[in-house]
Amino acid sequence: MIIMARIVVTGVSEIRGPLIVVEGVSGIQMGEYLEVKLRNHPTRKGRVLAIEEERVIILLYQGTYEVEKNEIETEFFGRTMQLFVSDDMIGRTFNSLGEPIDGLPTIYSDEYRDVNGTPINPTSRVYPRNYIETGISTIDIMNTLVRGQKIPIFTGSGLPNNQLIGQIIRQARITEKEDEKLVIVFAAMGLTADDYIYFQRLFKETGTLNKVVMFSNLASDSGAERLLTPRVALTAAEFLAFDRDYHVLAILSDITNYCQALREVSVALETVPSRKGFPGYMYSDLASIYERSGIIEDSTGSITLIANLTMPNDDITHPIPDLTGYITEGQLILDRSLHNKGIYPPIDVLESLSRLMKDGIGKGFTREDHPSLSDQLYASYAEGLDKRKLAEIIGRKELNRRDQIFHDFANEFEANFTNQGNFHRSIEESIELGWFLLSKLPRAELTKVSEEYIEKYIPKEEGV
Amino acid sequence: MTVSEEEERARIVSIKGSTVKAKGLSSYRMGEIIYVGEEKLIGEVIAIEQNTATIQVYEPLEGLRINDPMFLTGKSLTAELGPGLLANIFDGIQRPLEIIKKMSKSGYIKRGIQTNAIDREKKWTYEPKDKKKGDVIRGGDILGKIQETESISIKILVPPDVSGEIIEIQEKGEYKVTDPILVFRNRIGDKQELTLMHEWPVRIPRPYQNKLSVSQPLITGQRIIDMFFPIAKGGTAAIPGGFGTGKTILQHQLSKWSDADVVIYIGCGERGNEMTDVLREFPKLIDPHTNNPLMARTLLLANVSNMPVAAREASIYMGITIAEYFRDQGYSVLLTADSTSRWAEALREISGQLEEMPVEEGYPAYLGARLANFYERAGQVITLGSPYREGSINITASVSPPGGDFSEPVTANTKRFVRAFWGLDSTLANRKHFPSINWQNSYSGYTKEIEEWALESGLENWGRYRQEMLKVLQKDNELEHIVELIGSKALPADEQLIILIANIIKEGFLQQNAYHPIDTFCPIDKQMKMMKLILLFYERANMLVRNGCPISLINSLRTVNILKRMKEEIDNEDMTQLNKIEDHIISDMEDLGSKYGYKL
Repeated sequence: MIIMARIVVTGVSEIRGPLIVVEGVSGIQMGEYLEVKLRNHPTRKGRVLAIEEERVIILLYQGTYEVEKNEIETEFFGRTMQLFVSDDMIGRTFNSLGEPIDGLPTIYSDEYRDVNGTPINPTSRVYPRNYIETGISTIDIMNTLVRGQKIPIFTGSGLPNNQLIGQIIRQARITEKEDEKLVIVFAAMGLTADDYIYFQRLFKETGTLNKVVMFSNLASDSGAERLLTPRVALTAAEFLAFDRDYHVLAILSDITNYCQALREVSVALETVPSRKGFPGYMYSDLASIYERSGIIEDSTGSITLIANLTMPNDDITHPIPDLTGYITEGQLILDRSLHNKGIYPPIDVLESLSRLMKDGIGKGFTREDHPSLSDQLYASYAEGLDKRKLAEIIGRKELNRRDQIFHDFANEFEANFTNQGNFHRSIEESIELGWFLLSKLPRAELTKVSEEYIEKYIPKEEGV
Repeated sequence: MTVSEEEERARIVSIKGSTVKAKGLSSYRMGEIIYVGEEKLIGEVIAIEQNTATIQVYEPLEGLRINDPMFLTGKSLTAELGPGLLANIFDGIQRPLEIIKKMSKSGYIKRGIQTNAIDREKKWTYEPKDKKKGDVIRGGDILGKIQETESISIKILVPPDVSGEIIEIQEKGEYKVTDPILVFRNRIGDKQELTLMHEWPVRIPRPYQNKLSVSQPLITGQRIIDMFFPIAKGGTAAIPGGFGTGKTILQHQLSKWSDADVVIYIGCGERGNEMTDVLREFPKLIDPHTNNPLMARTLLLANVSNMPVAAREASIYMGITIAEYFRDQGYSVLLTADSTSRWAEALREISGQLEEMPVEEGYPAYLGARLANFYERAGQVITLGSPYREGSINITASVSPPGGDFSEPVTANTKRFVRAFWGLDSTLANRKHFPSINWQNSYSGYTKEIEEWALESGLENWGRYRQEMLKVLQKDNELEHIVELIGSKALPADEQLIILIANIIKEGFLQQNAYHPIDTFCPIDKQMKMMKLILLFYERANMLVRNGCPISLINSLRTVNILKRMKEEIDNEDMTQLNKIEDHIISDMEDLGSKYGYKL
């Protein structure tokens, strides 16, 4: 590390929201890490956001409450914020600044990383192709996850998204050799204490606690600090994946809380707002988080990123889910009406999407018939939902025979395929179930699967 | 680049977002490239106020300090133009990413790396044309050629702004791009050298003689585009669509299968893995028009979403300038930009840092003007210089409207300047109907020109087939509302037939599977034949229906399924198989007619 002379300044000229302004100081770097010493409080940490002549604008991660204008002492470190990284992080819990909060000692390491990360060169990326078996039919068959993918779960308040994440953590087979190189990096961003306890318990129950690196910023913690949580967590993830060859499952929860904090800070900075008061740079900011996932040449590790995102008022066109959808490689969407019918997991198959699925399934990956089976289930279910809409108006009896068959198919699909409960289904089992459902449709309607596959895979006794 | 003497006096006075302010010089030039800080980060002057210049920096600013030095270059942001561009990938300011990878010695893009766009060491076999000592040269004249890739032999041009008399000329041989190949005396009598490469400022359109009206289609091999909403060579098209509607896949399809000579793909603020996908896939694919690897005619500019925004803003201009360079050689160029919304957002972000007055949704007032400048650089032109050449640039640009709402400023402004509009529809996408181009709200302003072309090219039925199919789809759309309310059972037979035919058109013709080895590209002859077959089926079925044949009998004909699957199951060149389908249709209908006594 290059040791730069540290600069110490006493007093500030302005305090507003989470920002302070220090004047009459030179040699300060953009993005520099700093600490503020207060008389009656623990030291707070911050970052230089902008410099105008001799005015230095600083974001204090723990806020400015009870900061005294003339008394405080600001110490500039001459470098950006860094995280000391080591294999010893696994199994530990930290705050957003990377300080342990589990009562165990600080991590000592001679390796450190800038928490802001650096863009990956597109020519150094390896295109993700190896599927992850989650044991959930609607994901494995219809929206297959791939190692190195970034995907959000779009959910609404009161929907069982945490339960779903729990099930994924419990069931996911991320590597060929049963999980030995699997590590979970969990960034809790503005989580309520209840949710936090749920996850802690989940890790204990699933025996994954010693594989989790937790970075925690709860709902009661500072919002400004939340801007740091995913960055610190992904810095740890990058080290573990690309320097230590772990397969990292990075879980960010909840992106909505993060974006609210981003808006709070951008308003304090008097940035011109775009939609709903969120800053115009929110797309780039979110990209600088999501794009840190993937696979890089010369490393056998990977970062698969799952982001929990609560859609405000279930609105998918809200800027947070909208911008996220443009960056991530698909999305899993939870549906309130499925949930209300008691279907779990309530994944809306038609609106969900896995962009990397096409290259990770089929012959040599899952099973040769998987791609066309998936297309056929999708098309038939969509058709069935149309008929359901029609039946709502004119009644099922008034539908012609063909429409009735599709109407019933949609119900069967939801009741058996989507509604699987908290149990594991292998990809093979899910594929078989898919063919079983298709066997209830007339052969002539199966236009997406080839005759060959129909002959080979459709259960004979159930054929219509 | 040379550094001016005044460098020592220019100093950073403010740092904010992706811009810095500099003081210390009596004069700055708008658009001048300035190296910022000890690391010499590349920046460009975007505003001047008294003796303060605002500079947008193409790299992250962390670590910069007040009073750090600035180095003036006296140059604007330029593109290096010459052999060695094709089959390569660059960032938004034309730094080769493969070289950056070597210099960074890691998978990440390190800051402050300075490198030339074009390899200075590589030697090229240059073949001069018939120019000799004493000849007069003018901007745009062809001096010779270099076979750069299997597909493209690049022409070495006299730069547009140069003219004079040749006093020395090199023979055929091996040259580096900076070796002089010609010495000439310019108009004021000075000696000047020309090399295989030259530079051009990206924000200034390269000049041409005349703009022509468009006349030829850009054949894309995508049925809904070629047949329904065609684009002419030199034309512009916008592809707006919410996330998951298939903008990027459609752009990939256009770059793969269009019959352009050169393809420039700009990944502007999109996903890193998508660029990796192109890099992985294109070298393996064969161009159906030349039988050479697709990569041999392709050039990629990648400024993905987490790379600096200022460079994202520049990448669009960099791309179009390189496109103009190939156009000036007489080639047809396709430029695909994915996505212009991210470019507009970069513009908005920088405008915000300049504290300009925002108009709609925070975008600056000049958004429309900038978009116009960009799209107007497309077109079919007569190039400068001799011999006579025509070249063209197509722009197909995706737009990512927030929430899929086409009334937002970027989509609305783009609509003003493009003539073809391929609106992607999330309802279609959710049904896996791809490409999800909505036939109700999409349009092409080139149909008249393409119809004339079709008449001359022996496709005289193109206009009629198109009209008939669109009519069926239009009628189907009207019926859809009724069916949603009362079901199809209640409709008269001829209207039920419309729904059946529309269904065949949608599944068998409009939907095209980008991942299917045959269906991914569909030649024009096959497209025409497919339309003919579907319409023949419609015509015959209509006769039966009018004579009282119930729709269920027609629906159960094997030809319905054959028509839906011919796109994938019949080889693209296999016209005999397609002709057989024609016989099937005729005989099926006749059988049905005679069996149940309906007259045909």
